Amino acid sequence: MRERLNLNIMLGKRELRPYRTGGLRPRSYNVLLIAAAAAIAWFAGCAIAPDWLAPYPPTEMSSDSLMQPPSWAHPFGTDYFGRDVLSLVVYGSRDSLFIGVASILIGGLAGGAIGAISGYIGGLTDAVFMRAVDVLMTIPGVLLALAVASALGPSLFNMVAAVSLGTIPGFARLMRGQTLGIKNRPYIVASRSVGVTRFGIYWKHVLPNSLSPLVVMATLGIGGSILTGSGLSFLGVGVLKEIPDWGELLSQGRSYLTVAWWICTFPGLAIALLVLSVNVIGDWLRDRLDPRRRGEAN
Amino acid sequence: MKPLLDIQRLSVDFNTKRGVLHALHEVSLTIKAGEAVCLVGESGSGKTIASKAVMRLLGHENGSIVNGRIALSGLDLNSLTQSELRAVRGKRMAMIFQEPMAAFDPVYTIGYQLVETIRRHESMSKSAARKHAASLLGRVGIPEPELCMKQYPGELSGGMLQRAMIAMALSCGPELLIADEPTTALDMTIQAQILRLLKELQKEFGMALFLITHDFGVAARVADRIAVMYAGRIVEQAPAQELFARPRHPYTRGLIESAFMPDRERGEKLPAIPGSIPNLNALPEGCVFHPRCLHATDRCRVSEPPTVSFSGSEVACWHASELPGVSPMPESRPPLSESGGAGGTGWGRMHAASEGEDLFRVEGLYKDYPLRSGLPGRPRAHIRAVDGVSFTIRQGETLGLVGESGSGKSTLGRLLLRLEPATAGTLFFQDTNLTGIGASKLRRMRKDMQMIFQDPYGSLDPRWNVGELVGEPLDVHLRLKGADKKERIEEILAAVGLDPSVMNRYPHEFSGGQRQRIGIARAIALNPKFVVADEAVSALDVSVQAQIVNLLQDLQKKMGLTYLFIGHGLHVVRHISDRIAVMHQGRIVEISPSRQLFRRPAHPYTRALIASIPHPDPQVQAEPDRMDGEPLFSTRTLSGCRFRMRCPLATDRCREERPELRRLDGEQYAACHNPLL
Repeated sequence: MRERLNLNIMLGKRELRPYRTGGLRPRSYNVLLIAAAAAIAWFAGCAIAPDWLAPYPPTEMSSDSLMQPPSWAHPFGTDYFGRDVLSLVVYGSRDSLFIGVASILIGGLAGGAIGAISGYIGGLTDAVFMRAVDVLMTIPGVLLALAVASALGPSLFNMVAAVSLGTIPGFARLMRGQTLGIKNRPYIVASRSVGVTRFGIYWKHVLPNSLSPLVVMATLGIGGSILTGSGLSFLGVGVLKEIPDWGELLSQGRSYLTVAWWICTFPGLAIALLVLSVNVIGDWLRDRLDPRRRGEAN
Repeated sequence: MKPLLDIQRLSVDFNTKRGVLHALHEVSLTIKAGEAVCLVGESGSGKTIASKAVMRLLGHENGSIVNGRIALSGLDLNSLTQSELRAVRGKRMAMIFQEPMAAFDPVYTIGYQLVETIRRHESMSKSAARKHAASLLGRVGIPEPELCMKQYPGELSGGMLQRAMIAMALSCGPELLIADEPTTALDMTIQAQILRLLKELQKEFGMALFLITHDFGVAARVADRIAVMYAGRIVEQAPAQELFARPRHPYTRGLIESAFMPDRERGEKLPAIPGSIPNLNALPEGCVFHPRCLHATDRCRVSEPPTVSFSGSEVACWHASELPGVSPMPESRPPLSESGGAGGTGWGRMHAASEGEDLFRVEGLYKDYPLRSGLPGRPRAHIRAVDGVSFTIRQGETLGLVGESGSGKSTLGRLLLRLEPATAGTLFFQDTNLTGIGASKLRRMRKDMQMIFQDPYGSLDPRWNVGELVGEPLDVHLRLKGADKKERIEEILAAVGLDPSVMNRYPHEFSGGQRQRIGIARAIALNPKFVVADEAVSALDVSVQAQIVNLLQDLQKKMGLTYLFIGHGLHVVRHISDRIAVMHQGRIVEISPSRQLFRRPAHPYTRALIASIPHPDPQVQAEPDRMDGEPLFSTRTLSGCRFRMRCPLATDRCREERPELRRLDGEQYAACHNPLL
């Protein structure tokens, strides 16, 4: 009884609060988190139904309002064709989000898998995989994407493939390091001593414990991928489209930066806001998924 | 005479995210010039914070002194500016840290760091400083000071580094030397050497020593006066002899009892302080110790006791005047486990405890680790961790395994369970040859052989809750589902003294002792026959160790377990083991029944180990059998007996011929050409 009593004392105020298990329900609501969720929802809305959110069609050009600064009629101003920048940002979100999210997803999965296999199995497998990754790493990301995109031909999917290839080495390296660190923890030996199979240990102990840095890196990588995608478009191996994505908007507006700052500032802000929001959500997710920090996360 | 260090009613607060923690509460302590004072307390008691407050090192951790004063021979340390402080630190008071490895900068040589420290405080030429540094290194017992000056911290052993650290602290002749757990990271024999050195130096340099430790054994060796700390308060303070002869605070009594574990019948319960140290953000009302105190009354629960004096000792306990007459720690209360449903159905199957039959037979076991792996498949040098070990473990017994770190004892434990493959040798578990079976058969065998790990923090997956952790072995071997599984888990938790309601909690919510209970629950979940306890209590607080040892013995009785109990704390191993094997550099040098080993050790190494066990009474503390030198780590195999470099009895024969384990007397075996029997 004494010990039980002491346990309660030790746990202090947590005792008063029944412990919730499972679920991702936030305990108290955080302004930053709400804002991030709202921003992501808005971008998702833009990607799904741009017609409802954009004030003008993206291709509408008005020759009497070229390069107008932000005004009530055009909150983000107009570009050198007289297109409304707000509408362009709204319409551009679909391809940008797709390129950013899909290429990170593919790169993260492939890189994570390579890193996990080589870290967990080790030995010759590790040596072969890691040398391959090193080779991939020596080629600059844009150059690699350029080569792949021009070899595959212009299409959105090829562009995603090209961009994701460059993100693989980073994920593979990170995941390998994580896996190596986790697989030597005492609790892994403890599971082995109980008789859990090698795969079982990986699946139940190593993987869940090694994922969180990967999540963080993925959320940070989305912005980079959008920019790489736009770089490809800029270099002319991207997709030829009627509606430019954010990256293209940036590169198109860059030459007018001194005279019309709004053309590339607003797409840039959109990218920054998206990356920031995904990061906030990613951080929160990581904390929620870690029982040690569940008490602090909100 | 004015005290050298005068701490008056010192309170320290920490600002954390969860609010203010009162780490120290009205601590008063004085140290006279040339006096050795020990501050004893368990982890989380605030003893390190006290030492940091004296050095004014708290600011880095959001700590602040909210009340009280600290004066060094009249100089108020609290009001000094940073630059004035720098003149005091190192020069008038110096500090030795627990981790010598972490206290030195790995990229500079020892000599460089010493010279730099000396020259910061004394105007001395570089060559004079070098000479001074070398003489200091020689003084602290480093064999080749000139060579050591040129070495980097990573090239020295822990014991040698701690000596170098002491040399650095002494370099400017401080009046006060603060040592924060200076020997905790070291082996028993090295610990004895370092403490002896500190005591000698204290006399020689006429400095005051302020030693912080969790171990009463250390305090007994060094201290003139001892202060006991609990939850940020000094609960008792007395001259060392008075404290050991008449401990007045129940906590002091409990700690002394747990620290020395006097020789008592095996199987007898150890007196243990129940519970664990409270969190600083949830201190109990009244006397902070009352929830764990066997003498607590209503008064203790309501109001905090003042500090009162009794013939030289100062105690903060309402019942201090009544206690000295009572025998230390009255009848030990039954552990919680027996209030649960432990004796119930699930534990019916007792292993047919035919005592004396061999459960494990080990023959000629070797384990080599490659030092540098060159190209795959072509390893170069090897280090031999286990070197031709043969022994048996009998059904139902506890075999203790002791040795210094690096002796290969943990490796041996892992080899027995085949968590690592042996390089050579055979292992028989009952009639199965474990070295010859395949992976899936081995996994099924694991049901009968389990392990309790040293580190209760690292050996539990932080993402799993208690129910899942204890359920994992059940999933693997029994495939229990739903209610059956839950019931079984509750039964196991009750057996290790945990409330079944903790199933949904995560490991980080528990104290070290409770986590170790979870680890034990995992180990016994499958009703195994054999359990390796690898330093199972070493990482725990002294007052909690006894609880866990009692639990292990209870479980052994109830379930007919056989233990291999690996430890470096000899008194713990003595208490729990039927027989003890002593390991030295990969070989078993002596194996004998526990009591006999302590009464008449046959191997000189065993004798030295036993001599390094501290004794509570500072008077009895005779000059122990000195064992100088440190274990050698060498890739070259030393010819003959590996202990001969440190052995006082070594002869030519020891150099040439390797001694084999042979029977001396009854059940006592030793590997020595000149046994002490």
